[in-house]
Amino acid sequence: MSAVGAAAAKPAPRAFGRTMGNRLGDAAMALSSGLAAALVLAILAVILFDVIKNGVAHLSITFLTQAPREGMTAGGIFPAIVGMVEMVVLMTVAGVPVGVATAIYLHEYAPAKARLTRLIRIAVANLAGVPSIVFGLFGLGFFVQFLGAGIDKVFFHGEKVYGQPALIWAALTMAVLTLPVVIVATEEALRAVPNELREASLALGATKFQTVIHVVVPQASAGILTGMILAVSRGAGEVAPILFTGAAYFLPELPKHLSSQFMTPSYHVYVLATQSPDVDATKPILYTTVLVLLALTFVLNIAAIVVRARMRRQSGLAH
Amino acid sequence: MRTVTSREHTNREYEQELRRLREQLLLMGAKVEEIIRGSIRALTERETAVAEQMIAFDKKINQLELEIDELCMQILARRQPVASDLRFITMALKLVTDLERIGDLGVNICERVIELNAEPPLKPYVDMPNMAREVQEMLHEALDAFVAADADRAQRVIVRDRNVDAYYTQIFRELLTYMMEDPRNIFRATRLQSIAKYLERIGDHVTNLGEMVVFMVKGKDIRHGGRQLE
Amino acid sequence: MSAPAANVTPATKLIVRDLTVYYGEKKGVGPVTMDIAEKHVTAFIGPSGCGKSTFLRSLNRMNELIPSCRITGEVKLDGDTIYGAGVDPVSVRRRIGMVFQRSNPFPKSISENVAYGLRIGGLKDEREIAMRVERALQHAALWDEVKDRLNDNALGLSGGQQQRLCIARALAVEPEVLLMDEPASALDPIATAHIEELINEISSDYTVVIVTHNMQQAARVADYTAFFYMGELVEFDRTDVLFTKPSNQRTEDYITGRFG
Repeated sequence: MSAVGAAAAKPAPRAFGRTMGNRLGDAAMALSSGLAAALVLAILAVILFDVIKNGVAHLSITFLTQAPREGMTAGGIFPAIVGMVEMVVLMTVAGVPVGVATAIYLHEYAPAKARLTRLIRIAVANLAGVPSIVFGLFGLGFFVQFLGAGIDKVFFHGEKVYGQPALIWAALTMAVLTLPVVIVATEEALRAVPNELREASLALGATKFQTVIHVVVPQASAGILTGMILAVSRGAGEVAPILFTGAAYFLPELPKHLSSQFMTPSYHVYVLATQSPDVDATKPILYTTVLVLLALTFVLNIAAIVVRARMRRQSGLAH
Repeated sequence: MRTVTSREHTNREYEQELRRLREQLLLMGAKVEEIIRGSIRALTERETAVAEQMIAFDKKINQLELEIDELCMQILARRQPVASDLRFITMALKLVTDLERIGDLGVNICERVIELNAEPPLKPYVDMPNMAREVQEMLHEALDAFVAADADRAQRVIVRDRNVDAYYTQIFRELLTYMMEDPRNIFRATRLQSIAKYLERIGDHVTNLGEMVVFMVKGKDIRHGGRQLE
Repeated sequence: MSAPAANVTPATKLIVRDLTVYYGEKKGVGPVTMDIAEKHVTAFIGPSGCGKSTFLRSLNRMNELIPSCRITGEVKLDGDTIYGAGVDPVSVRRRIGMVFQRSNPFPKSISENVAYGLRIGGLKDEREIAMRVERALQHAALWDEVKDRLNDNALGLSGGQQQRLCIARALAVEPEVLLMDEPASALDPIATAHIEELINEISSDYTVVIVTHNMQQAARVADYTAFFYMGELVEFDRTDVLFTKPSNQRTEDYITGRFG
């Protein structure tokens, strides 16, 4: 055959060698990508180092369980933590079901090419790009001044209860802000559920609804949970949306009603950094608060990763 | 060469195996024809040498039978033939048996011829060569029908067996009269009668060949009765 | 398995008349007219893309999951029309079950997999569920292998076991007809042999319709075989007849390998 003739004309091939060009290319790639990763780690390290060095001094159980005293120069951030928790819980309760339901509609029920479907997707994408301060203004205008004032007129005879910054309005604003996160994460999780499972369920005589509830959502729960944790993580740290809608610098008592205002670490950091009367005195508190905030963010993100990994293992390897 | 189906196998090797099988079958058929021809020539021209040649020649036919059987086995094991291929293979196995039997009968004829040629001829051979020719033509037609996958042709061969049977009856009666006439005729007459019997049996085997060709082509089994196609 | 007796015509379970499946403007398969025998195995064979799977899926209205799909013609199960106005596809699929080419067990326990169809159908009695799960697993020749680990995750089973689990899952709902879309094509020869044996056994209680691209498999398991080509039903006959003397030249060419 002709291959033999052609081989005889070429020089005998080296056994198992690689060209210099190949090897240099591989090395260059490894080096540059490694450097990039190292850079990222370095930035993170710098931030953490600074924060930890300056913040760990003040960190203690009392810090976390006491209210601030003496004009924010002493004491702790307990009310801020409580406020944040309450706000995040409300945000989750309000936002996650809506986001998950939207994603389920988009992926399981909506006809793929229909105009409405495309409209919803565009809306979600745009929502994700809205600057958070705009959300804050939206919250102020719609929730506080429109809905809140309306509720006051109807239920409280004009007395100002809900027509002002309140826990509920801040939570709802944050819910709207984190909606795209939940929707996208949920849709991705739904997409990852193999169609064969849906087919199997339907072939057994299940309705689409039963299939979604009993097969699809359980299989997607890891992704949905991840989305929820990411939303929480975002909600814990955002400042702009809650600026006008419910956050307060200092409150004498813990928020007890939906109409109460609340403190939160992120806003606390902002105020301490910009409006403190005695900058040097409050600096340690500032650092420690930042440390707590960062730690919280990390814990949440790592929790999301762990949950996702664990549930992925449980629901089996991909086909 | 026309084949049963007009298209070729996707698998070239398989196609070649079938082709080889067909060639071997025809080769065997040709050799069997040669033995019959030779044995009758040995009789009519009193050529003992030819008779002896033919007896030796039969070995080749037996060899072919083994080869063809082996080839069929391999095809069955490896190719799982179905439909027309299946009918072809299973019929090939049976064709071979009948051909080999015809070859053996040719050898038997030669053995009788050798015995006959040791003595002067009993009578001029008239009917015997005619009967032999009929049988030879039938065999040739049957093989041709196989090659051409022509069921009608095969059917006509089957019908011709009547003539062969008629020839046998006639020859037998005539030989009887010779035997009754003179006891010294008995030896030669019985030998001649044996030869006629062998030819008649060859005719029956050729009829089998015809029936098999019909089954192979049409998928209808017309053996053991129902000799007419619907 | 013995071939169907030559002079006995079995009862008909499914009657198909002029069934045609369209994807948008394109015709997928049809028009198909055939009677599918009760408690026998019917196989659909044909080259890839010939429409056999499409036709199979139209028997339990699974084709409707594809948006552009349109079906004309009639299918009747014991006289009940499947495509009538007001017929709920869900109820059709409870009577006509399906097993797929690649096994698709739910990521749940073995017993929960088999019980799924029962719970979906509204059965609440735990004892009854357990009993039917056991019965289904026995029917699927899987009980002995899994009876001690019913709570283990189904995905831990081997490929062949998973497929038998899917069969058990389908049988648990006690359908009248079981459709199988190339059930053994992803399995090794021994697992395939198990599945074929299983098909043999369940065919005395269920009407089985199987799509296979392996002709020898159809020859082994099916009582009746239908040959599809390029979206048309070319020939439909008893398996022993179709594989020894098919009436249609195209069938002959396909099954002897003279295509292409």
